[in-house]
Amino acid sequence: MKAFAELLGRLVLTPQRNAKIRLLADYFRSTPDPSRGFALAAIAGTLSLNTVKPALIRDLLLERMDEVLFHYSYDYVGDLAETVSLAWEPPQGTAPADIPLGEVVERLQRAGRSEVRSLVRDVLDRLDTAGRFAFLKLVTGGLRIGVSARLAKQALADMGGKDIGEIETLWHGLSPPYLPLFLWLSGEAEMPVLTTPAVFHSVMLATPIGEGDLEGLDPADFAAEWKWDGIRVQLANIGGVRRLYSRSGDEISGAFPEIIEAADIAGVIDGELLVGGTMRTNRATATFGDLQQRLNRKTVNRKLFEDFPAFIRGYDILFSGERDMRPEPFQTRRQALAALIDAASPQHFDLSPLVPFSTWEELDRLRSEPPDPVIEGIMLKRLDSPYLAGRMKGPWFKWKRAPFNIDAVLMYAQRGHGKRSSYYSDFTFGVWTEAEGGTALVPVGKAYFGFTDAELEVLDRFVRDNTVERFGPVRAVRAEPDAGFVVEVAFEGLNRSTRHKSGVAMRFPRIARLRPDKLPREADRLETLQAMIGIKS
Amino acid sequence: MRGQLAEARLPAIFVRMKPDSLLYPAPKGLYCQKGDFYIDPVQPVERALITHGHSDHARAGHRRVLATRETLDIMRIRYGDGFCGESEIAKLGEAMTVNGVRVSFHPAGHVLGSAQIAVEAGGKRIVVSGDYKRRSDPTCRPFEPVSCDVFITEATFGLPVFHHPDDRAETARLLASLKQFPERAHVVGAYALGKAQRVIALLRQQGYDEPIHIHGALAKLCEYYRTEGIDLGDLRPATLAGDKRPDFAGGIVIGPPSAFADRWARRFAEPVAAFASGWMLIRQRAKQRGVELPLVISDHCDWAELTGTIREIAPAEVWVTHGREEALVRWCELECIPARPLHLVGYDDEGE
Ligand SMILES: [Zn+2]
Ligand SMILES: [Zn+2]
Repeated sequence: MKAFAELLGRLVLTPQRNAKIRLLADYFRSTPDPSRGFALAAIAGTLSLNTVKPALIRDLLLERMDEVLFHYSYDYVGDLAETVSLAWEPPQGTAPADIPLGEVVERLQRAGRSEVRSLVRDVLDRLDTAGRFAFLKLVTGGLRIGVSARLAKQALADMGGKDIGEIETLWHGLSPPYLPLFLWLSGEAEMPVLTTPAVFHSVMLATPIGEGDLEGLDPADFAAEWKWDGIRVQLANIGGVRRLYSRSGDEISGAFPEIIEAADIAGVIDGELLVGGTMRTNRATATFGDLQQRLNRKTVNRKLFEDFPAFIRGYDILFSGERDMRPEPFQTRRQALAALIDAASPQHFDLSPLVPFSTWEELDRLRSEPPDPVIEGIMLKRLDSPYLAGRMKGPWFKWKRAPFNIDAVLMYAQRGHGKRSSYYSDFTFGVWTEAEGGTALVPVGKAYFGFTDAELEVLDRFVRDNTVERFGPVRAVRAEPDAGFVVEVAFEGLNRSTRHKSGVAMRFPRIARLRPDKLPREADRLETLQAMIGIKS
Repeated sequence: MRGQLAEARLPAIFVRMKPDSLLYPAPKGLYCQKGDFYIDPVQPVERALITHGHSDHARAGHRRVLATRETLDIMRIRYGDGFCGESEIAKLGEAMTVNGVRVSFHPAGHVLGSAQIAVEAGGKRIVVSGDYKRRSDPTCRPFEPVSCDVFITEATFGLPVFHHPDDRAETARLLASLKQFPERAHVVGAYALGKAQRVIALLRQQGYDEPIHIHGALAKLCEYYRTEGIDLGDLRPATLAGDKRPDFAGGIVIGPPSAFADRWARRFAEPVAAFASGWMLIRQRAKQRGVELPLVISDHCDWAELTGTIREIAPAEVWVTHGREEALVRWCELECIPARPLHLVGYDDEGE
């Protein structure tokens, strides 16, 4: 538990992705089975444990502690599991020992309802402070460490010198504590053979079109199709086993039962999950904002299902029945996909249409003025390309519609992390709106990238020289109609938001340009943004 | 952090005490009327007795100062030769008389030169602990319990959540991270007096003998510790000039916490920000400061040591100051020990 607790502590405070991967990979390398497998499960969200209610751990502490002192403590720390882990005093004479995570998990899984209380007390008595914290977070289900399953898989790949695609393919066929996986990764066994057929296969990804990429390429070698703004999914139905996966291999079948039910197809397809109506039913596709409503629900809400029915817009096919289509060229696959979708439910499946074009200039025009607001750009696919796992340059390109731009005023700044920890590099910016005492700035977003190092120097100097107030780590900077700093903010789209005072939330905002030539009074107004809601770039 | 209790710190209400009490809180600090002196006054006074060199306890500008030789040296280093009108050395364990009041200084284990001050008159003895700790510290003499009628204890970490781990395990975590991230500079924030030298000494005890780079603000005090016989090994300035690895990759750099917000911190290779402080026990604190590697190393007592010390000394009464007074007073109540908060103002209960 000590090693796991130290890992959690470090992960929470480490901002850099690569450093997180190294912490994880080192942990997996140096920790024996089954502890490392349960740790992996806890991080990736695949560990099922009987959870313990917060009231129970509070009660356990109060068995030994004065209630007034408990309140002083809890009020100061602010987190129950942390308070209990810090204030817990094992009885005299119990020296803290290290119980392996694997043993803790196995004991919890075996314990009956009536045994849980004494089990938790006993484990708390035997761990040190950090161990108690990790344990309590685990059993109360509050393990939030900012590590995605994808990142954990990357660490596994690094540990074993394997490709992440291989791990993603295996992932859903394995379960905690992942013994065959670790045996393979540490070179002690062959790659595990899966018994469940409907497993996830790594998806093929496109690279963005860069300067000069299209020169020398012949438009006749490529097919173009719209890039729809939903979520990329993989739907598998092999031998009657149906699964819906996100593009990183997380299973999302539970959130879209109507898709699973309608998946009367044999094989594995790649597509975009969208809400609204399919082209085959002549209804409009709804926006990403609407899709998000469905994604954020844990439980089924009838009204949402009726208002925003989900469907899959097919892009590609990996398996037709049992037959592996991936080595076939795009054209052949596309025909197989079309036939499959034609036979499937028209409410739940349609085919992503191809976009005819003859020159790159023509495609560029189509890209910047797409016919549907739910389109975010163009995909280019080589007609002769096989379906390859991962992202490689050449066979597939994506060409995004240009993002939105507004001029906004810097309002707050906060120091960054790691390399940037001595710079004010996280910025909150705002636009003008009519408020009670006249025109005022309202924050509309936060950005911490998009600028060059030289521009960061300028921004940092501005923040240091123009701080008007401090709130903990945050500095408010001068932002008046005739004094302040204007930046051009680029973003991908806007959603309505009740969490933000402005009522709008930007997607992927970044600072595109500094505008020292502008005065804050020339920045945009909230109405301009409100008019953009629902439009996707 | 929620910390309403910490933020809603009570204003300076002075506890009503009998005017004839030997020591009582006055606006300038803890005052002994009979001996006409203050202990750790926060404003310039005629006569000050000083427990230790931290700047919230040892201020410049008093006319006469009585303190240990080391504390006087430290004040001289920090404030210059004219830090007071007249200074007088207090020898540990030796009784002196100030205007008919017996005073004696005893080791407090907090930083080099730190002392508790015992004040005695009319058959009643009050011990002012100043800041103190009970862990062993290679850079200063250990705390010695002194029996007394009234024990005035600090309560910087006076909440039951504070259980400081073994300091050696903490520096071992720093060394482990250095192995795991050898391409990154490990930049450690530590207060200039006491903490910085203790961290260095602990690293040396654990066999780390690479040069350690220090911020300019630490140089004079580290040099002073060295002349006092505390071996800190090879220390070099954390400046760019003439160094072979100007970005300090794979090295340890120690600086005062305030330097981390400065441009100073920019010169290091992908720094791992570490901070040595008792506050690092609270995860949110580490997060707020952008600390990646919190090192829980404190120069104050934790909860178990505060309560253990009160039990050990067994005074007739406890006065609590400096920090989270209310919780320690509550504990005393539960233990049936008369206790009261002093509500002294002007001390920094956060700096650690
Ligand atoms: Zn101190
Ligand atoms: Zn102090």
